[in-house]
Amino acid sequence: MRSNPADYQLVAPSSLQAVVSLLAAEPGAWLPIAGGTDVMVQYAAGKLPPQRMVSIWNLPELRRIEVSPDEIRIGAGCTYTDLREHESVQREFSLLAHAAAWIGGIANQNRGTLGGNIVNASPAADSLPALLAYEAELVLVSVRGERRVPYKDFHTGYKKTKLAPDELIRTVRLARRFSGHVAYARKVGARNAQAISKVCIAALGRRTGGGVEDIRIALGSVAPVPLRLAETERLVTGKPIDPFLLALARKTAIAEIQPIDDIRSTSRYRATVVGNLIAEFLEKLRTDEYHP
Amino acid sequence: MTESSSSGNPALSQVSFTVNGEWKTVRVYPMERLLDTLRHQLALTGTKEGCGEGECGSCSVLLNGALVNSCLVPVLQAKGADIVTIEGLAAGPQLDRVQEAFLKCGGAQCGICTPGMILAAHHLLQRKPDPTIEEIREGLSGNLCRCTGYIQIFEAVAEAARHRAAT
Amino acid sequence: MTGEGIVGASVPRKEGRDKVTGHARYVDDMQLPDMLYGATVRSQVPRGKIRKITFGPGIAWNEFIVVTARDIPGKNVIALIAHDQPCLADEVVNHPEEPILLLAHSDRHLLPQAVNAVSIEYDQLPAVFTMEESESHSEIIWGADNTFKTYLVEKGDVDRIWERADYIVEGEYRTGAQEQLYIENNGMIASFDPQQGITVWGSLQCPYYVHKALMALCNLASDKVRVVQMETGGAFGGKEEYPSMIAAHAALLAIKCGRPVKIAYDRMEDMVATTKRHPSRTRHRTAVSKDGKILGGEIDFTVDGGAYLTLSPVVLSRGTIHAGGAYYWPNVRITAKAVATNVPPHGAFRGFGAPQSLFALERHMDRIAQVVGVSPVEIRKRNFLQPGQTTTTEQTVREPIDLQQLLDRALDLSDYQAKKQRFAKENAMGTSRKGIGIAAFLHGAGFTGSGERNLGSLVSVEGCADGKVRVLVSSTEFGQGTKTVLCQIAAESLGLRYEDVEIAQADTNEVPNSGPTVASRTVMVVGKLVQSAALGIRQTLMASGLLGDSYSAEEFRSACRSAVATRGQFRSWARYEAPADVFWDDDKYRGEAYAAFAWAIYVAEVTVDLTTYSVSVDDFVALQEVGKVLHPVLARGQVAGGVAQGIGYTLYEKVIWQNGRMQNGQMTNYIMPTSADLPPIRVFFEELGNIHGAFGAKGIGELPMDGPAPAIVNAVEDALKVRFDSIPLLPEDIFDALVPNREPHAAGGVR
Repeated sequence: MRSNPADYQLVAPSSLQAVVSLLAAEPGAWLPIAGGTDVMVQYAAGKLPPQRMVSIWNLPELRRIEVSPDEIRIGAGCTYTDLREHESVQREFSLLAHAAAWIGGIANQNRGTLGGNIVNASPAADSLPALLAYEAELVLVSVRGERRVPYKDFHTGYKKTKLAPDELIRTVRLARRFSGHVAYARKVGARNAQAISKVCIAALGRRTGGGVEDIRIALGSVAPVPLRLAETERLVTGKPIDPFLLALARKTAIAEIQPIDDIRSTSRYRATVVGNLIAEFLEKLRTDEYHP
Repeated sequence: MTESSSSGNPALSQVSFTVNGEWKTVRVYPMERLLDTLRHQLALTGTKEGCGEGECGSCSVLLNGALVNSCLVPVLQAKGADIVTIEGLAAGPQLDRVQEAFLKCGGAQCGICTPGMILAAHHLLQRKPDPTIEEIREGLSGNLCRCTGYIQIFEAVAEAARHRAAT
Repeated sequence: MTGEGIVGASVPRKEGRDKVTGHARYVDDMQLPDMLYGATVRSQVPRGKIRKITFGPGIAWNEFIVVTARDIPGKNVIALIAHDQPCLADEVVNHPEEPILLLAHSDRHLLPQAVNAVSIEYDQLPAVFTMEESESHSEIIWGADNTFKTYLVEKGDVDRIWERADYIVEGEYRTGAQEQLYIENNGMIASFDPQQGITVWGSLQCPYYVHKALMALCNLASDKVRVVQMETGGAFGGKEEYPSMIAAHAALLAIKCGRPVKIAYDRMEDMVATTKRHPSRTRHRTAVSKDGKILGGEIDFTVDGGAYLTLSPVVLSRGTIHAGGAYYWPNVRITAKAVATNVPPHGAFRGFGAPQSLFALERHMDRIAQVVGVSPVEIRKRNFLQPGQTTTTEQTVREPIDLQQLLDRALDLSDYQAKKQRFAKENAMGTSRKGIGIAAFLHGAGFTGSGERNLGSLVSVEGCADGKVRVLVSSTEFGQGTKTVLCQIAAESLGLRYEDVEIAQADTNEVPNSGPTVASRTVMVVGKLVQSAALGIRQTLMASGLLGDSYSAEEFRSACRSAVATRGQFRSWARYEAPADVFWDDDKYRGEAYAAFAWAIYVAEVTVDLTTYSVSVDDFVALQEVGKVLHPVLARGQVAGGVAQGIGYTLYEKVIWQNGRMQNGQMTNYIMPTSADLPPIRVFFEELGNIHGAFGAKGIGELPMDGPAPAIVNAVEDALKVRFDSIPLLPEDIFDALVPNREPHAAGGVR
């Protein structure tokens, strides 16, 4: 444990209103901490500069899931366990349910939050490709009120987001129109649990007589931000799935990503595995029955 | 209790919670790790530190019934919570069925992962009283053991499940 | 449980209840009044002269205790085999993370910042990081030629076999460093009193190693150094020699300030600064006849010892002796060396050189099979050692071990033949490939050659006032069941109940030196001495007329109580005596290397996923002949745990080095298998007995480490028909082999 607790301040207001007021009073002076599964690791490693922190753990306004006919609204303070245990998430948003199950071990799932995963903005974050695939919309909150940002616009660069210094993510909104899609999610890590992903994919699509429709291919760990492969999606739309398409999709996908060599893996491996995963997804799309 | 009003000046906080059925109040820095509060303020050294990064699970405790890595919980966030550590599992001299099963099946070798592992098993069995081997593997996947290769731990969990079914 | 049936039964672990209730006391659970915490300032460069040390601003240095090499009362050395490793670097450093100075403070939270605030300037010297660089002598970093130790084993006449060989098979095989990754980090508490001397409590395997090291360092007599083992959360060799270093550091701080000092490493410090398994390179050149018999060969075995000699000669020794494995070599030349590099010294890790050389051999046997055109099963059967034949060191196999039958049984248990055929057929299509592979091997238990004689282990058993007996040994418990099995042995030897026997905490003030807890010797060697000493207690009671020829457990206890009442607590002793007819030549490295070998066949079934190039082990059969199984649950636990570490060694655990420093010193990026990663590990035993071991037992703690790597890599080759001769074998390595660089965007697959 390489930090001194005496160097840090932590307060835990009991309402969202109190938190955003604090953030507004001194923008940038308070670091929000939810479940702590990222922040506390940095802290223990001596990598978190001494500062003031505000706990947003278990705020009731943030830790709820609401279902209405057209959409589901997931509070940013929901833990991965909350997601896994929610019937609508399991049934209609399997990419997200899968991602929540990948995240290291039950104990970390009980504490890590969806909002924390988004704001920490690691390119390897497990839930982010799913949010891209579902075209999530974020509701951000501050004393100035709420604003909505399409999730796809939220990340502006490596670990940089559109979140203002006095803002929190309040809700993640997902449209309930994907239960008919074939869903494919896969994480490639160094082991079957407790692994940071080398490559991570969340994909959706439909196959009709004319070919591929409404396809979404989102990836993590292959660029500074989570990525939807717009070119590859465009390329395969409306086409029948055959070996030519698979080869073309692979080539296009590799051109869209920017994998690197790092402590976990190599750029070459990531690139080829991405191609393999996309091929596996398209195969699944080709052979799967329509799921209502 | 003194609360400092000027920014950047750290202060101790009074934090209260239940540990193993007893109400406790500690005076701590709010960012002290719950793990350290348990071990040093409350002398509950059964909860262990193996990695400090939430990977090994040796620091697992139950926080409001949920398994968490106490090395990743700032003690302030445990305010008002109901915490169970390994010391609180056995009610008196009679051991919990998971503890008995670990003894019978060789689930503990060096013992350092054992408190966290037992709590993880206990947590699993509360939610899945008759788990499949896959569910056992998943339920314990956040608790690393270097001694056993997990085989006899799985058997201990299955044995504990059978024991619950039988009683 | 009384008398017969204690040995061979799965009695409760002596310290089990404490472990499952959280009451077992590990070093970091202990505080002493007025205790300070210590921390170590370490080198950030691999090699250089220390030019200047600056204590930076922002720290209240006057509150800190500071210790440098100048504060060492005795010799600045961690006494082991050689005296080359300093306790604290004084003028030069030879590896990253080498300890330079020590700090202590009552607030443990202030130490990391203080450590960071010490800045050290170096005149860097060229450093050496690989075996090849070391061998090239482009830079001499140790001794005259960077060589810690060499061995030469020669049997028969190797130079004459090449001309009559039908095949000459060559191969080079490599293994990487491996971190022991005990879940409890290294820790020590030291306390100094001018009259009593130094006491240390800690996580350790060998109290008397620490005792010896502290005597030299602190210039204290034997009775002024006391070492007490706390409950130890895993060791695997990683706490064999390293604890002497951390104990020395805690002791120096305690001496300087007169208060107790605790040093407890965090995970990153433990990973990057302490010992790891020796990386190795083995070259085989083998002459083989047309019908697949080994005519002879040359084996060149090299290990990377890191910056100081520490235990490298002994690791090298074991690797050398095991290099020929379970086969008959009519002629062989084994040349072995341990070389120096500028990385933290490598050290003991379960298996201790044998996993390295056996990996090479068992991969090589599969290669020989391919060249000759027979199956991996057949090549082994044709070359297995048979009773009456001699090993590479000319030790005669004197027990009726039938390796062909053992192999057949393993094949049967693993359904090897049917699976091999099925996989060959099914592998033609699909996105995965399956394979199955074998490893056949042996492991010598106890110290090599004259080692046990040199140790002269001493054991005591004591009659106590309550009528129980107490075992006094320096052998330590760290999960493998020392306390349990030694008590079983004493109880059964005396016809007592298991509950009537206790074992003392390993405290050098209390227990004699029964040798280190290493080399799979505890049950076999120390256990036999416990048996003798226990029988000595009975002898004493009988000679005093307190006990008849036959007696009940209750009568024994009563007799013991009477004896203690009249003459006080009494002890019986037993000292190791080497068998008279056993010879070992240390110069020629020839003779009876080990008192007993355990034999094993392991079979691994794998799937290689061609989408991700990852290998999963789907089934693992571990069959071994171990003399006698004294405690079925413990024995099975040892094998399963060892196989798990072996799987980690093969497929997951890679140390990433940069300039001699480990870059992935965290549990998040040094990957050991979780419960979601390991196969069912199916463990089976055979028992041939062992005249040299307690109740016929052979050592089994390290044996399971030798088989998994070659069995798995043999299986991967079976699946992919591609050769891999180096571990760890990661998905990226498999990918690089299947999809060569000239086709970066090809679909991964096997042509």
